[in-house]
Amino acid sequence: MSDNPHPVIEMRDVTIGAMNDPAFVMLEKVNWTVAPGEFWVIGAPPYSGKSDFLMTTAGLIPPAGGCYKFCGNETRIFDESRLADRLRMGFIFETASLFHYLTVAENVALPLCYHKNLDPGQGAEAIAELLELTELKPIAGVTPANLPRSWSKRAGLARALTLQPDILVADNPLGGLEARHVHWWVHFLDELSRGHKYFGGKPMTIIAATDDLRPWRGGNRRFALLKDKHLVPLGSWDEAILSADPLVKELIAAPAEAVESPR
Amino acid sequence: MFLITVQGVGAFALITLAVILRKINVAPRVIHPIIRREISRAGIQLLPMFLFVAFVLGFLVIGQTVSVAARFGAFDYIGTVMVTVVVRELGPLLAAVLMLARVGTANVIELGTARALNEVEALEAVGIDPIHYLVVPRVIGMTLGVFSLTVYLILATLASGYLCVFLQNVPLLPGDYFQELADSLSWLDFALLALKTCAFGFFIGIVTCYHGLAQPLRLEEVSRVSVRAIAQGIIVCVLIDAIFFILYLHA
Repeated sequence: MSDNPHPVIEMRDVTIGAMNDPAFVMLEKVNWTVAPGEFWVIGAPPYSGKSDFLMTTAGLIPPAGGCYKFCGNETRIFDESRLADRLRMGFIFETASLFHYLTVAENVALPLCYHKNLDPGQGAEAIAELLELTELKPIAGVTPANLPRSWSKRAGLARALTLQPDILVADNPLGGLEARHVHWWVHFLDELSRGHKYFGGKPMTIIAATDDLRPWRGGNRRFALLKDKHLVPLGSWDEAILSADPLVKELIAAPAEAVESPR
Repeated sequence: MFLITVQGVGAFALITLAVILRKINVAPRVIHPIIRREISRAGIQLLPMFLFVAFVLGFLVIGQTVSVAARFGAFDYIGTVMVTVVVRELGPLLAAVLMLARVGTANVIELGTARALNEVEALEAVGIDPIHYLVVPRVIGMTLGVFSLTVYLILATLASGYLCVFLQNVPLLPGDYFQELADSLSWLDFALLALKTCAFGFFIGIVTCYHGLAQPLRLEEVSRVSVRAIAQGIIVCVLIDAIFFILYLHA
């Protein structure tokens, strides 16, 4: 746990608009506190606003209303003046959103080279280590168009970790992955949460959204649900499975496709 | 709608200028190779096409001029016509339109697709300013590209113009032809040519990048946005040309 007395993220009556149409309210009256080192799993069916929620959490889109505090400081969006805060947070997009004109290695290296002003060769050692850690080394020279979805997401994870963030926000990281990859992700995120030696053993705060709670069972995680435009905290896994909410039961019991609902 | 677009493009141009000036020393080892790549894309790689167009343009302008001048024996005006038509008007405008078609279109599609696939948000997520990484290299590349290619286009057009004169057996020696050209040119032509071509390149870059980046896009909207950007790019070029025409008249 961090010595920082403030919660990492604090939302009070926050309203969240859609990224493509900020006037369209996806979530409202969100009250949520994330302490340093916590591992949150946010369950939500597709089109319930989880991407918009996570992007607001990561400071990529401003909240449409309410008070959002990052490490005790009220924030709307991480602009130039909040670059240091921005770099404390890694973000994994649901579709990975790798830069299509760069190879996997270049995608992973770009944040490091940009912020440290390095030639591509200079950061090679650190990047090679990260690629090794995420098993991406054999496909380091491949461009995103030629990558299977599972490996694109893995590259998105490596890119998010390049600058060794304190907080990792992952948008549906297990969506569409093969079983082997699902297992790897859950195990790896758990290691990060406990404190991975590559990152100096410091526990990482993790927030992951999902449309299927089953792979996340157990562990020292906290769960919440996005339902009817609200965030509903569920507590630990043991508390979550006791919930009488039909949506929780569906997310725990059924494949994701079964709970899909239009916006 | 028109005013909103003008306001948006104007604000985008000012932001881009501010980023160019403010971040000139930010991540040069990453940004400078991208600028060099853009200069190559918007300059060196287009040179063969521009030389071909210049060759054709020289033949067309001189061919028509000679056929008219022959009726009056007014061969002394060939140089003046070349300077007025090619150096002041047709050369820069043609270079700008070709740049818009070849590189501007690619710009909107690339940036629009990147926007639709959340690549712009991905840049922001790793703390990289999309204007600095995506727009500044393109705008610099296109500004230098239009300027340099216009110079080559004009030189090649003037040379191919004399080739046309020679093939048509017009009694005009090379020395006389180039002397006529030199006499028709003034310092103002060079100054305004440089300013005009840089303005063309800068605003083509701004308009195309603005339409690719400024609004959240879906993939299916990219083609519509591309068409709009090219149409507005042409309008901007014509407006800039009109402003410089007025400057010529009052100079």
